[in-house]
Amino acid sequence: MSITTNDVQHVANLARLALTDEEKETFTGQLNAILKYAEKLNELNTDGVEPTSHVLPLANVMRADEVRQSLPIEAVLRNAPDEEDGQIKVPAVLE
Amino acid sequence: MAQFDLRLQDLHNGLKDKQFSVSELTEASFKRISETDSAVQAFLTLNEEGARAQAAELDKQLQAGGERGLLFGLPSGVKDNIVTEGLRTTCASQFLRNYDPIYDATVVRKLKAAQSVTIGKLNMDEFAMGGSNENSSFFATRNPWNTEYVPGGSSGGSAASVAAGQVYFSLGSDTGGSIRQPASYCGIVGLKPTYGLVSRFGLVAFASSLDQIGPLTKNVEDSAYVLQAIAGYDQMDSTSANVEIPDYTSALTGDVKGLRIGVPKEYMGQGVDPQVKEAVLAALQVYESLGATWEEVSMPHTEYAVATYYLLASSEASSNLARFDGVRYGVRAENPDNLIDLYRKSRSEGFGSEVKRRIMLGTYALSSGYYDAYYKKAQQVRTLIKRDFDQAFEKYDILIGPTAPTTAFRIGEQVGDPLTMYLNDILTIPVSLAGVPAVSIPCGLAEGMPVGLQIIGKPFDESTVLRAAHAFEQNTDHHKARPQL
Amino acid sequence: MSTQYETVIGLEVHVELHTNSKIFCGCSTEFGAPPNTHTCPICLGHPGVLPVLNRQALEYAMKASMALNCTVADVSKFDRKNYFYPDSPKAYQISQYDQPVGEHGWIDIEVNGETKRIGITRLHLEEDAGKLTHVDGGYASLVDFNRVGTPLIEIVSEPDIRTPEEAKAYLEKIRAIMQYCDVSDVKMEEGSMRCDANISIRPYGQEKFGTRAELKNMNSFRGVQRGLEYEQWRQAEVLNSGGEVVQETRRWDEAQGKTLSMRGKEEAHDYRYFPDPDLVRVVIDSEWKERVRASIPELPDARKARYIAEYELPSYDAEVLTSSMKMANFFEESLNYTKDAKAVSNWIMGDLLGYMNANNLEFGDIKLTAQGLGEMIGLLESNTINSKIAKTVFKSMLETGKLPKQIVEEQGLVQISDEGAIKSICEEIVAANPQSVADYKAGKEKAIGFLVGQVMKASKGKANPALANKLLVEVLSSL
Repeated sequence: MSITTNDVQHVANLARLALTDEEKETFTGQLNAILKYAEKLNELNTDGVEPTSHVLPLANVMRADEVRQSLPIEAVLRNAPDEEDGQIKVPAVLE
Repeated sequence: MAQFDLRLQDLHNGLKDKQFSVSELTEASFKRISETDSAVQAFLTLNEEGARAQAAELDKQLQAGGERGLLFGLPSGVKDNIVTEGLRTTCASQFLRNYDPIYDATVVRKLKAAQSVTIGKLNMDEFAMGGSNENSSFFATRNPWNTEYVPGGSSGGSAASVAAGQVYFSLGSDTGGSIRQPASYCGIVGLKPTYGLVSRFGLVAFASSLDQIGPLTKNVEDSAYVLQAIAGYDQMDSTSANVEIPDYTSALTGDVKGLRIGVPKEYMGQGVDPQVKEAVLAALQVYESLGATWEEVSMPHTEYAVATYYLLASSEASSNLARFDGVRYGVRAENPDNLIDLYRKSRSEGFGSEVKRRIMLGTYALSSGYYDAYYKKAQQVRTLIKRDFDQAFEKYDILIGPTAPTTAFRIGEQVGDPLTMYLNDILTIPVSLAGVPAVSIPCGLAEGMPVGLQIIGKPFDESTVLRAAHAFEQNTDHHKARPQL
Repeated sequence: MSTQYETVIGLEVHVELHTNSKIFCGCSTEFGAPPNTHTCPICLGHPGVLPVLNRQALEYAMKASMALNCTVADVSKFDRKNYFYPDSPKAYQISQYDQPVGEHGWIDIEVNGETKRIGITRLHLEEDAGKLTHVDGGYASLVDFNRVGTPLIEIVSEPDIRTPEEAKAYLEKIRAIMQYCDVSDVKMEEGSMRCDANISIRPYGQEKFGTRAELKNMNSFRGVQRGLEYEQWRQAEVLNSGGEVVQETRRWDEAQGKTLSMRGKEEAHDYRYFPDPDLVRVVIDSEWKERVRASIPELPDARKARYIAEYELPSYDAEVLTSSMKMANFFEESLNYTKDAKAVSNWIMGDLLGYMNANNLEFGDIKLTAQGLGEMIGLLESNTINSKIAKTVFKSMLETGKLPKQIVEEQGLVQISDEGAIKSICEEIVAANPQSVADYKAGKEKAIGFLVGQVMKASKGKANPALANKLLVEVLSSL
């Protein structure tokens, strides 16, 4: 599998990254090299091998349904780039 | 500053006996930083006001007598991907250059409970992605042994500040070697605990299934103290293990008689610097002389670890770093055309190229049509790698090898070649994938730069890892070597 | 709707679970708090935070699964659904992809007297998103994160639904079941129950499904039905004019009464699901399942069957009464005060529901008590009041909540069954209405109705109507 600059553009869209043409070129080359290296994994037969999502065999970690103190509104908005009426303000979704 | 060669326990006693005060220790730390940090550049943010207030408060307690925390009065540094309420936390990223956290990480709460004084926040590769600290978006930390060289990464600031005597200990985080490799490059002790031993709550996630916080110290005993203070179940972290925490310092008996050591032959193979190999073999002789036995063992899936790691870690990172979208905190691009433009510009302006590269790789690996070929395949290979460790630990108590194939390299030497840079982590990554504990300790110098010995243990058997490391340290002087700054 | 096409509908229903705290953090789920006051670093998606599952949310999801006849998983897990949107703080939603809590269920619905089984593909647990308010003439939005992290279950039906009426019946049944299980408030108006639909049409007899549209923004039961009716008409129009239905998301516009394409506003989705490394799997053993199962009360279908068997109610009555647990409970409680189940049913389905619908009220909002209704029917049975007085008493009970005996006493509404008293009224009326009397005598039987009416009126409605009729005939024939 080899990826093209178009693939890189598509992935950049999914990841919400704006790449310059130069970055697209560079990433295409580098990602191809990394993915080619990753094809090494195909040397291994993994039929029937369970995928590992967690190294620890933990299960059923849960909390009781108890309400805890929420943050004061000043803390909620402390890092907000833009706010209005106690809410975070953003440009509207493209209409 | 003679105090900097004291063990944590000696400092503890010195404070108790009023040989010096917490404020004096704190000032000494800031003084050392002002003398050395223009060369080392370990700190991103200093907590001068907070640390001084905290020191004064602790001195009052000291006067009044009474209980003292495990790390009472000891100046420490915290890697800048561990959130500290009210103390800027940037992950060395432009995206978070003004981020003022609204809560404390669990380990930070624990440091506070243990009464350590937080001196400041330490430089790192941006979002912990990198192995040289050159990916910090602010400046590159230097290796105190030679400031032309990298300190390693991603916890480069954490390692360099301890090696430079700026703080008594620091916290770092390790995803694929980010504590052990810089500890190795900087000639100090760096411990990556078992996955789940130390809470990740408040550690800005890079790869959630791999990230662990651990201590960087000048000696093994100190490592045991700091681990004691930060380990333990946390109900805020679902992946935290509810295990009993032993007394780590009491495990430091100096006795390794009968200890069975496996040496993975793949860790001593091609690509490992001969001088590094030599230092490791010399260390094995020390163990032999202390009554331990060692033999070669094969870990056949080692060569697949780097590819597995980069697919899994980047995939998780692509999702973990999506929250940096310019909406609630962090950098928001000026005058976006619309919402999507806001996302794209904020993220593109806020992230450096290594971060973008990994987000791209991870997004691709998870995208429709490729999930099975890359992500799932890597998860399956992770199982095989973990089995290598399970099998080896049926026969051996610990595994030993180098921490990194080489000593620290020159700044700029590997920039622009991500794959080569990734291969520096070939000996630490398998351990991370298996989730087992490992420590890097100094085992000599090669051309003036420190070599690290990696000691790997069974899950939650930090005691044996520390005992083995401590025994080596007690019988050698490598840990006493100090860089000249 | 042209009759040459068959409509195929599948519904995705989201139900907010009424836990005290959010699914992955301790913030309150209370509705209507000032913006962003029920938030914390976790639900705001600040750097470094981690989720911990609320046990109650999981158990509600198990309970709902069982009530919908789903198989509850032995092992379930959480996955991340990745997409950027300002109401989603982490830029991923924690949801369930391939190991949902429940699968392979069904419910029965009744439409036009026929019972139909609708399959349920799956039920999974996930977190809700925040709320956007548009400001600056639509150029900006404000984000309130209070709702972020409210536990939701998504119930996905099989494409078994064939008409908008069936869709509405399905939704009403889901609502009733959730209400009976006590896992949600299920109020569409408040958004605690939401519905998206997939709808396509195909020529009758064709096996292959047509191209479907995904329909969103139907915020009421009526909206769902109207939206689907419009959409099946629209698709038929497209096909009949030689066009092709496009696979797309469409929004129901209640004000315009039509569905509008959302094309261009949503790019092709690639959610990149993967197992959430921050959450561990859930292993549900049979003991746990049984414990949850034991907490499920008698469900609507079982109750309906019981009403038919025990009270001999018509199927339709039983269906309506059991469509809301509060109504069913009201019905049963009334029966502690009267044995006439059909009468109770008639009063509830007629006067009571009429009053509630007219005033937009629900059980719980009304003053009338089940005891009041039961006792009033008792008074009717014992002829203490007549049906005309009953209407007055009923109205008064709705207004005051008082019991009927008190109302009857206070307002002097007891039926007059004293023959002497009624007879003297009859005599007065006959004397006062010679024309009607003449008409009656002339064989115009209908004139008696007018005269009885006059007697009732003169007695202020209190005369026993049957007695009044009988005595009037006597008085007239004695003339």
